[in-house]
Amino acid sequence: MRAVAVTPLAAIRIAGIRKTYGRTIAVDDVSFDVEPGEIFGLIGPNGAGKTTTLECAEGLRTPDRGTIAVFGLDPVRDRRHLQDRIGVQLQQAQLQKRIKVGEAIRFWATLYRTSVDPDTLIDQLGLREKQDAWFMTLSGGQKQRLFIALALVHDPELVFLDELTTGLDPQARRTIWDLVRDLRRRGKTVCLTTHLMEEAERLCDRVAIIDHGRIVDIGRPPALIRKHCPERTVLVTLDEARAAEWFAAIPQVESVVPDGATYALRGRADDLVSAVIRCLADRHAHVLDFRTDVPTLEDVFLRLTGHAIRD
Amino acid sequence: MGQLLRLTWLEIKIFLREPMGVIGTVGIPILMFVVTARLAGPHFSDPGMPRFMTSDLPVFGAVLTAISAVLSLIAIVAIYRDGGILKRLCATPLRPLTILGAQVMVKLLFTALTLAVMILAGRRYYPVGANVPLASFTVALLFATAAIVSMGFVIASLVPTARFAQPIGTVIMYPMLGFSGLFVPVEQLPPALHAVSRALPLTYAVSLLRGVWHGDGWGAHAGDAAALLVTFLLCAALSAKVFRWE
Repeated sequence: MRAVAVTPLAAIRIAGIRKTYGRTIAVDDVSFDVEPGEIFGLIGPNGAGKTTTLECAEGLRTPDRGTIAVFGLDPVRDRRHLQDRIGVQLQQAQLQKRIKVGEAIRFWATLYRTSVDPDTLIDQLGLREKQDAWFMTLSGGQKQRLFIALALVHDPELVFLDELTTGLDPQARRTIWDLVRDLRRRGKTVCLTTHLMEEAERLCDRVAIIDHGRIVDIGRPPALIRKHCPERTVLVTLDEARAAEWFAAIPQVESVVPDGATYALRGRADDLVSAVIRCLADRHAHVLDFRTDVPTLEDVFLRLTGHAIRD
Repeated sequence: MGQLLRLTWLEIKIFLREPMGVIGTVGIPILMFVVTARLAGPHFSDPGMPRFMTSDLPVFGAVLTAISAVLSLIAIVAIYRDGGILKRLCATPLRPLTILGAQVMVKLLFTALTLAVMILAGRRYYPVGANVPLASFTVALLFATAAIVSMGFVIASLVPTARFAQPIGTVIMYPMLGFSGLFVPVEQLPPALHAVSRALPLTYAVSLLRGVWHGDGWGAHAGDAAALLVTFLLCAALSAKVFRWE
């Protein structure tokens, strides 16, 4: 595990926490910092310990061992002080079946010392048409937008989002991603969990990969990919008899695998793609198709844990 | 206090949006009371009629209303827990006692409403004496309700899922009522059941309510009141320990 940067300004500092339920070790020696203004993701399969870690930071659970500081305060002991500064969206939460959307947001607003204007929030989250609808009649995406509204109603500095887009269709997912990016733009800190690697890659500034209750690595997604899965593949389709020879002569290309008129060129160098492009341009090749196959966080996870995230 | 009132008001509105819940907790007890009163009214002085249908009818109505309210309370708490609603509310500045207290408040209000309607409806059929100690009876009812509600929370802590909440609550509460001396005087029960009856909190609730309704002083029922208080304290302490929020 990489040593985390030491700064007194960390929004969340988690050091060596462990949490067991009976004989199951849910979280084991987990440490990381979340810096102000970033979107930090805890990523890993279901049951990896993401939610337990998050709920310890939210003050809903007490770790058996280790320390947590949120804005320098203890999330359990100083819960009352922190409640006005943190917003929470829980995994698979429900509300009263027959509570109305607007009613819930307005009630939540009365619970905190300060709150944003409920009507502005309703508009921001696209819930205006649904404000008189009962909770039970909402779609999955609308429910999640309502839960985000409830997490934001007191304008917190730090927002926890647990499996925010699970079960949503791609379009609803994109809407929610835009909302989260908007939080960062407004200077908020976001700590989220997801088992969707695509979501983590698109949304998070930094991620902690967690598996079986332990952190495997922490870093920026592109850096993690370069570090653990440096190999890249360029797929070029062209009608040219000597293509295999040309490609073999490029120093950055480590292997050439032809498949009909398509050549798979593999290599670990950062400039593999530009080297291939330069070669094709120099030879005035007639290229029919050109694709790159870059590894994703999914590949990083597989490499680091030896199993796919959906296992 | 402000939060408790606001949450109670919100929960009242939500409760009123579910017709079956309102019919079950308010309508059914009133209907049963009115039907019983109509049937038994003309035979009020007939010694052959069971007491719970005549002179003990107000006690029967009150206990039945309290029990049906608590059964619905158990079900709601279990549903809120299963659905993660309790957990979501706990993640706000609301105090845990406020969250549960609002549910109790809703049930108390609807119990009071039901009993008020019963009194109004019953006046046509039921010869209520002008000198009935309503204030004393209300206090006695609060003692009884506090004990029943606290038992409800112990049951709500123990039921595994919301599906079992209502059946388990029913199976515990109604037999208690059977041994409470309301339908059959405790003395007429088989001797082996006397001890059972004396161990059940509802027996003391019935004894206190019946005594106060018929004009006994509190002194004569200090033991009943004490038993209900002990029940409340024990059950409240127990549920504070074993209550599950998720």
